[in-house]
Amino acid sequence: MEVTTKSMPYEAWKDNEYIEKLVKELQESGTNVVVGKLDQLINWGRSNSLWPLTFATSCCGIEFVSLGAARFDMARFGWEVARSSPRQADFMMVAGTIVHRMVPVFRRLYDQLAEPKYVIACGSCAISGGPFRKSYHVAKGIEDIVPVDVFVPGCPPRPEAMIYGIMQLSRKIKVEKFFGGVNRQQKQEDFLREHPVEGVND
Amino acid sequence: MAKVQEKIAKLFPQATFEEGERLTVCIAPDQWHDLAKALRHDPDLNFDYLITIVGMDWPDAYGCVYYMMTTNSSEVIAVKVKVADREKPMIASVVDLWPDAGLFEREVFDFFGIIFLNNPDMRRLFLSIDWKGYPLRKDYDDDPAINPVSIENERQTDFTESWVEKDGKVEKVETRIFQPEDFVVNIGPQHPATHGVLRFRTCVNGEEIKKIDVYMGYIHRGVEKLCESLTYPQTLHYMDRLDYFSAHNYHHGLCRLYERAAGIKISRRAEVIRVMMDELSRIASHCLFMGTFCMDLGATSMLFYTLRVREQILDIMEKTCGARMTFNYDCIGGVMQDLAPDFQKDVKDLLAVLPANIKEYNKVFTGNVIARNRMEGVGVISREDAIAWGVTGPSGRAAGWSCDIRKIMPYSIYPELEFDEVLATEGDAMARFKVRLEEIVQSARILEQLVDNIPEGEYCVKVPKVLKLPAGSWFELVEGCRGVFGVYLESDGSTKPYRLKIAPPCLPLAGVVDHITRGMKIADLITIGGSLDYIIPDMDR
Repeated sequence: MEVTTKSMPYEAWKDNEYIEKLVKELQESGTNVVVGKLDQLINWGRSNSLWPLTFATSCCGIEFVSLGAARFDMARFGWEVARSSPRQADFMMVAGTIVHRMVPVFRRLYDQLAEPKYVIACGSCAISGGPFRKSYHVAKGIEDIVPVDVFVPGCPPRPEAMIYGIMQLSRKIKVEKFFGGVNRQQKQEDFLREHPVEGVND
Repeated sequence: MAKVQEKIAKLFPQATFEEGERLTVCIAPDQWHDLAKALRHDPDLNFDYLITIVGMDWPDAYGCVYYMMTTNSSEVIAVKVKVADREKPMIASVVDLWPDAGLFEREVFDFFGIIFLNNPDMRRLFLSIDWKGYPLRKDYDDDPAINPVSIENERQTDFTESWVEKDGKVEKVETRIFQPEDFVVNIGPQHPATHGVLRFRTCVNGEEIKKIDVYMGYIHRGVEKLCESLTYPQTLHYMDRLDYFSAHNYHHGLCRLYERAAGIKISRRAEVIRVMMDELSRIASHCLFMGTFCMDLGATSMLFYTLRVREQILDIMEKTCGARMTFNYDCIGGVMQDLAPDFQKDVKDLLAVLPANIKEYNKVFTGNVIARNRMEGVGVISREDAIAWGVTGPSGRAAGWSCDIRKIMPYSIYPELEFDEVLATEGDAMARFKVRLEEIVQSARILEQLVDNIPEGEYCVKVPKVLKLPAGSWFELVEGCRGVFGVYLESDGSTKPYRLKIAPPCLPLAGVVDHITRGMKIADLITIGGSLDYIIPDMDR
């Protein structure tokens, strides 16, 4: 299955083996025709309308501003508006260094994003700590804090690289399985068991 | 300078003077506050602008170096205070003389654990209250197991500590930041109008702001400590990532400092290229300021107009430096590469479109009645306040303080250039906006003078591969896009800096927010914050 998005030729992607492996894994047990078609429909909608969260801590954020402005114009791809509230956003582009003090805030923002949610680690600081890796007050990559879907290297990445990164994300969303069993709603009891609240028994 | 030295020697016979490029006074801690008072209030001395406080961990003692300037004659002096006590170092606070010392002292306390007596607010500034150790001390243990990354919320407190001297005894006093009946609204760190990850704990009475507690450190990356483990040329690239709009200017400052220390003289071609890049970044920076500031006020479309010019400048820089943002272009001895072949043509194209663009900005925004109502008379800083709080750059000049380092302490080729220092007297948000707009015109004027006069020559002189600087200390000031950028270097004669202190313009800009927003409406906080145009990674470092 050739997965592509925004009329990009399949051969132009740099990591087709990865997406092929992913598709194979997801479809190992086969899919019901009706469910599969429904999945395709939902994923088509989702992958073409990704709204980012305005989240920037440092330099990469300025390239993100450029991405939103007229020259690179991410709105033309359907990544329409950057939302300031995590509850209205689909994915967060982690643009900039995450330091110790920011980690709890960042984690909370991630928790507040509505499902389904995605994370793009943008720039070398978010990927590994980048030039500040040896510092006493920098988290060495955000992967230890939240699950990451796409990594966009660069210091800072050019807006074109960011576009490529978000397109990779929308390609991954296209092969997602929503009805096919992988995705289920978490029961409240399960959630509370995993996240116990002090002083609450029920 | 000799007059100042004479006067100090007369008032404080015990003070000693160090040889160096600047007058450096060494004083015992018990006399420091008296000397500070004389420096601040004596009409002959009148050192009314405290540039920065450099915390130091010398092999024999902790201490501080205070850099201050007099607005009478733009002279800068340094005062060194050493405390021998390594267990509990204490120095008298000068926050009663220079209000901007409050944040500086908190920073020194955070990094070195030096306690400032009688400072009413002695909390840590960038690190959490539970942080173990003082990171810039030479014996700091940076084992990540001691201070791990935690996803649990950090402990917060409504109290602040201070150490007060009473009848010869030092007492620790706890005071409340906010009263129990205060209504406190939290703004930030994730907020579109704080321009990054700054947090304001805002105490409000209805819509009126009673007090703001600025809470920073959400992007504190420990650049100063990192620099101590890198060689001199390696430290340069962090300058791109502090105030990423003034990347060229900051590079210029640090390169000048190293070149002065090493006795390197660079070619005129390199000087001209550096100044041109500085002015191009100034235009790009002010363009982005206008875009984001107007966006804060609700005029989103302005961003698209201003980014058009910024993108054009980024293209020019990309052709020469190879990057859109983190250029790493100025290097010790000159610049990294020669100019791109069509640099001159591109700059001329830019200069040709600038006047029309500025006219358009004025048409779209400046005269707009809503914009005027929201900006005029909002966040007024007087000239005295600007000096006392260390508000430099366009924000200081909007208050009528002539603080442009390019004019008052000209460096590089600026003395030969014709340009005006843009000053206003209103000191409100509108004045700050207009000063920046006018500075674009002045930068364009500088570029016009230089674009056809780039001399031939080498762009980078030969510099030894392994650069060793002689032992000593240096301090350099340049004009960034947001104000006075200072950098202090203490060298012990090796290939790495013993201490590199960055004095950013944005830290005092954040410090003054509380002072000027009191009694204003909460909606004005957005205008004031936007018009001060601070960059958070610059203040946090």
